[in-house]
Amino acid sequence: MATLQDHIAATSARTRQRPWYHLNGEERLAWLLVLPWIIGFVAFQLGPMLASLGLSLTEWRMFTPPKFIGLANYAEMISGDPLVFQAFKVTTIYSVTSVPLRIALGVLVALLLNASVRGLAFIRTVYYLPATVSGVAVAMVWLLILNGDFGLLNRALSLLGLEGPYWLTDTRTVLASFVLMSLWSVGAGIIIYLAGLQGVPNELYEAAEVDGAGDWVMFWKITIPMISPVLFFQFVIGMIDALQEFAGPFIMTQGGPGNASLFVMLYLFRQGFEFFQMGYASALAWVLFVYIMLLTLFIIRSSAVWVYYEGEVKGN
Amino acid sequence: MVVRSISGSQSRYRAFKMTFIYIVLAVGMVIVILPFLWMVSTSLKTPADIFKIPTVWIPDPIVWANYPNAMTILPFGRFILNTAKITGLAVVGATLSGSLAAFAFARLRWRGRNFMFVLVLSTLMLPFQVIMIPQFILFRELEWLDTYLPLVVPAFFGGSAFNIFLLRQYFMTISPELDDAAIIDGCSRFGVYWRIILPLSKAALMTVVIFIVQNRWQSFLVPLIYLFDQKKYTLALGLRLFQDQYTTEWELMMAAATVSMIPVLLVFYYGQRYFIQGVVFTGVKG
Repeated sequence: MATLQDHIAATSARTRQRPWYHLNGEERLAWLLVLPWIIGFVAFQLGPMLASLGLSLTEWRMFTPPKFIGLANYAEMISGDPLVFQAFKVTTIYSVTSVPLRIALGVLVALLLNASVRGLAFIRTVYYLPATVSGVAVAMVWLLILNGDFGLLNRALSLLGLEGPYWLTDTRTVLASFVLMSLWSVGAGIIIYLAGLQGVPNELYEAAEVDGAGDWVMFWKITIPMISPVLFFQFVIGMIDALQEFAGPFIMTQGGPGNASLFVMLYLFRQGFEFFQMGYASALAWVLFVYIMLLTLFIIRSSAVWVYYEGEVKGN
Repeated sequence: MVVRSISGSQSRYRAFKMTFIYIVLAVGMVIVILPFLWMVSTSLKTPADIFKIPTVWIPDPIVWANYPNAMTILPFGRFILNTAKITGLAVVGATLSGSLAAFAFARLRWRGRNFMFVLVLSTLMLPFQVIMIPQFILFRELEWLDTYLPLVVPAFFGGSAFNIFLLRQYFMTISPELDDAAIIDGCSRFGVYWRIILPLSKAALMTVVIFIVQNRWQSFLVPLIYLFDQKKYTLALGLRLFQDQYTTEWELMMAAATVSMIPVLLVFYYGQRYFIQGVVFTGVKG
């Protein structure tokens, strides 16, 4: 054993002295193993990413050569194309409603599950089921559920004596429909929050109980701060996902009625793959990317106030 | 520990609380399951039953024929086969290339390792919408449009950074002494990967496989961009075509949707242990 460690120490000492292009066998193997990823990264990610930035400065309809037009695409988005503003508005409203609601609902169910219920594994599986399915099939099922005349939702409402709207063809309810649909598949969040809750040390609750704290106080003063890093991470991931929503609106409403569900990705797809405005679509993609980055940055900035990391030392 | 005597009112409060929790959870479970039941129920109805009020839950008659009808109006058998082919290739490519890279990150000592690993992680932030259009142009130049290559080839070049990350984290938990012992016994470094790390990482590999299957089986946007010929359609594109052409034939649509969900639900059911581990692993530790 000792000889092997000596060998390793000697190797790493030599590593520091060798010029960078001299690789030992282990290093050669390492680069060889990572090589496929590097090729894929350059060819399918980095290259296209840079190309996209260049493309966004051109007018290109695929069938004629691209023409450099500077920032005209970006200018057009701001001043000449009201649908861009509409798309960002729709996507933002959807994201800022759906993501916090999903988190709240997820935490709520996780709290109930954490109260040492029997049959936990089974209940958890049931709640997770909707998260396993996605895409076209789910959109089709919800198309039927949200149908104004014979959909399941309006049937349920009529049992309560309420008359439900035509969910997907009413400009006032179409976004609410998508939010509702997103709440169905909250299962992944539940599992994650449950794991977070199980990681909160019991001593904290015991100590608080001794001090006479009730359930409500303990929830806000212990539970929420202790799982806030998980909430934060899920919030960021959830926002990034929600801002890129595509399959649902594409299949269920095609952006309608009257562009009330024109999500950015839908508009981007239309510009790129229906109108073949590759330059304009690229510019749109970059604006969406920057928008997502800015929102994420904003969330991260604000997290200093509400996310608690154990072991973090805070100055006064 | 101070042993507290639980007074009558406290235990009544606790019983009340637990009853309340079970009721809420049960109601929630019903709401979660209803869309599935509604789908299956509708898939077995006559058109008249679909519109009937009050709601028909157990159709009478049960129209089993909806299933063969739905599957033959469009060539769904072929769509399923196509999707299985793409999914299978993606699974092989992504687990192979991903686990090789993960092995290099977890087990080998090389200069540039940390930098490369940060680079891998940073691609998790790369937005698909930005690379979607240049990728399309690239694959058009390569004359890969209307083939499965754009859907499959990237998987063989590392696949998603997420898989590499998950596998690397798992490999790190395996004791390095096993490697040393194997190397002393004359095993090559590649042999360590193949004979020791991979067999010991079945759980992590299963998680990755399940994630890829779930993702690829239902993927919509990428096939939508690259596949034009109906014969090459995936299940998701087939469903979309169906929905477009037979808008009002809900019973057939629901039959097709049910069939398409069954493999995903089965994979989840049999792999749920790994699956839930994976979700927790990536969601909590970030």
